[in-house]
Amino acid sequence: MSRISSKLLRLKQAGRKALIPFITAGDPHPEFTVPALHALVEAGADIIELGVPFSDPMADGPVIQKASERALAHKMSLRKVLELVREFRQTDTETPVVLMGYLNPVEAMGYPVFTDKAKEAGVDGVLTVDMPPEESEEFIALLTAVDIDPIFLLAPNSSAERIAKMGRLGRGYLYYVSLKGVTGASHLDLADVERKIGEIRSLTDLPIGVGFGVKNAEMAAAVSRLGDGVVVGSALVGKIEAAGENTDQALDEMTAMLRSMRAAMDA
Amino acid sequence: MQNSTEHYHQPDERGHFGPYGGRFVAETLMLPLQELDEAYQRYMKDPDFLAELDRDLKHYVGRPSPVYHAERLSRELGGAQIFLKREDLNHTGAHKVNNTVGQALLAKRMGKTRIIAETGAGQHGVATATVAARLGLECVVFMGSVDVARQAPNVLRMKLLGATVVPVEAASKTLKDAMNEAMRDWVTNVDNTFYIIGTVAGPHPYPAMVRDFQAVIGREAKLQMSELTGRLPDALIACVGGGSNAIGLFHPFIDDHDVLMVGVEAAGDGIATGRHSAPLSAGRPGVLHGNRTYLMEDEDGEIIETHSISAGLDYPGVGPEHAWLKDCGRAQYVSITDDEAMTGFHTLTRLEGIIPALESSHAIAYAMKLAPTLPSDRNILVNLSGRGDKDINTIANREGITL
Repeated sequence: MSRISSKLLRLKQAGRKALIPFITAGDPHPEFTVPALHALVEAGADIIELGVPFSDPMADGPVIQKASERALAHKMSLRKVLELVREFRQTDTETPVVLMGYLNPVEAMGYPVFTDKAKEAGVDGVLTVDMPPEESEEFIALLTAVDIDPIFLLAPNSSAERIAKMGRLGRGYLYYVSLKGVTGASHLDLADVERKIGEIRSLTDLPIGVGFGVKNAEMAAAVSRLGDGVVVGSALVGKIEAAGENTDQALDEMTAMLRSMRAAMDA
Repeated sequence: MQNSTEHYHQPDERGHFGPYGGRFVAETLMLPLQELDEAYQRYMKDPDFLAELDRDLKHYVGRPSPVYHAERLSRELGGAQIFLKREDLNHTGAHKVNNTVGQALLAKRMGKTRIIAETGAGQHGVATATVAARLGLECVVFMGSVDVARQAPNVLRMKLLGATVVPVEAASKTLKDAMNEAMRDWVTNVDNTFYIIGTVAGPHPYPAMVRDFQAVIGREAKLQMSELTGRLPDALIACVGGGSNAIGLFHPFIDDHDVLMVGVEAAGDGIATGRHSAPLSAGRPGVLHGNRTYLMEDEDGEIIETHSISAGLDYPGVGPEHAWLKDCGRAQYVSITDDEAMTGFHTLTRLEGIIPALESSHAIAYAMKLAPTLPSDRNILVNLSGRGDKDINTIANREGITL
């Protein structure tokens, strides 16, 4: 069983939900990332989603677009993201790390090379936003062969047929995009989320992480009652943007937010 | 519309041209793309739809566009005869309207009330705003802020037509960023919104659908060249950014293997400088904007900034069918620098009294290289994809002229 699956199983047995923060690797600069990941774990993160910056982040709103631009300005790249994961793993062998990004950097590296390097670095899951299962048979096979979980997105308009397909091909968890829009959007409707998650549960046994639009502790708690995990990205990344050069402030605000979410979810 | 080729059947049902094309998008867009594909498949066989499209192309766009024998240019060059397919004479001044008329009719049949588009030079934006005005649909056009500045006349035209023009400030602030932003809008407003992509790129079915709407260029040209010269042309030349005017001209000729097909990319300051927009000449395959194709990227797979004097060619990717035609050798791809394009621009303007778009000037410039190498009984057909009025500010700036 993968590190992600066993973590989610332990949480389930304990009656808790996973808190899954997202930050972009290398934002605002590469030295910030590994200490930030440790601090997020300290503040209550169960699984880390680490964004791989890309020049053309089509599915992201302005907050994560700018995070990508800041990271790329410091020459962050997929190779360097893997080095950061390796560094994180030197002192944390427990917390699953999911790489989240776009396909082209992986294509440029080559699927087999990426898969080997990711495994070696200690990556547990890969979520590629613009890679639907129809286009990724070869990549899925390579990932699962080395026990890296391919994680797929589900959307409010995903058909039953597609949900079932992702349920068959996905590992670890499914990421339910709670609204039609880009990351950081602000019109999440809990009743809609609840209805769709009911449908997803009837079609697959994989755990469900819910993300896009979770902004504060109250929303995290509400969403956590519906799914198995809550992904929080833009709200955290926005703290990095707001703090500018003052990365200590960014770290304080991010961990404070995560702690408040953790407390609200566990209450 | 008839099926224009007997032997060439691309793409496959999932939108693949060999290893290229496909549908690489986030999950939220999978259903709308499937719905679009179903509507497109259905209406391209629907006699009522096709009759309405033909009527609009004739009475609104002004088709067929003429083929003109550029005798003076041909004589000056002293080689093959050069013919021009006059897409610049279409309503709105470029080939782009062939596709927007088609997609807007599709949007109407699908019950969509809001149209979005990306634009580089502004020709596609104008062509989209035009059809949206005519059909009474809301229209939002995304345009990189660099392009907004260098294509000011087209920005004003779009606004006059009632469209909202959204300047995009992200990354290189050009066509690729406009396309990213249009995709973000579509994913957010997908229920009521139809995204009219202006070129033969993007996720399936766009490359095939835009090609089919643009193939009217090549179908007409085939008949017109036969009437004028008694045979098919020896060579076709068209500029390639995303590649819609080129594929529109080429596609009906793909199975005519004696017809040379040449796509002309923008070499900008020169391929060796790295400041260009020529992915087929100097890029490598990757995935961007929903399809696999040749891209301009760095070793880490990040898309790099492109350069061309012509906003319409300033794009780091290219339609996946061109990638396939290059690999299988059916079409050749060459490149023309900014300076060469300017020479083509001035030469055509002075010798024939036709002011070409800077995009089309790349095709003219390559024809000026090819024609002298061929005997005078050979015929070259150049797609004059647009007129140059929109470019007067760019040209004035480059040549130090104050308007």
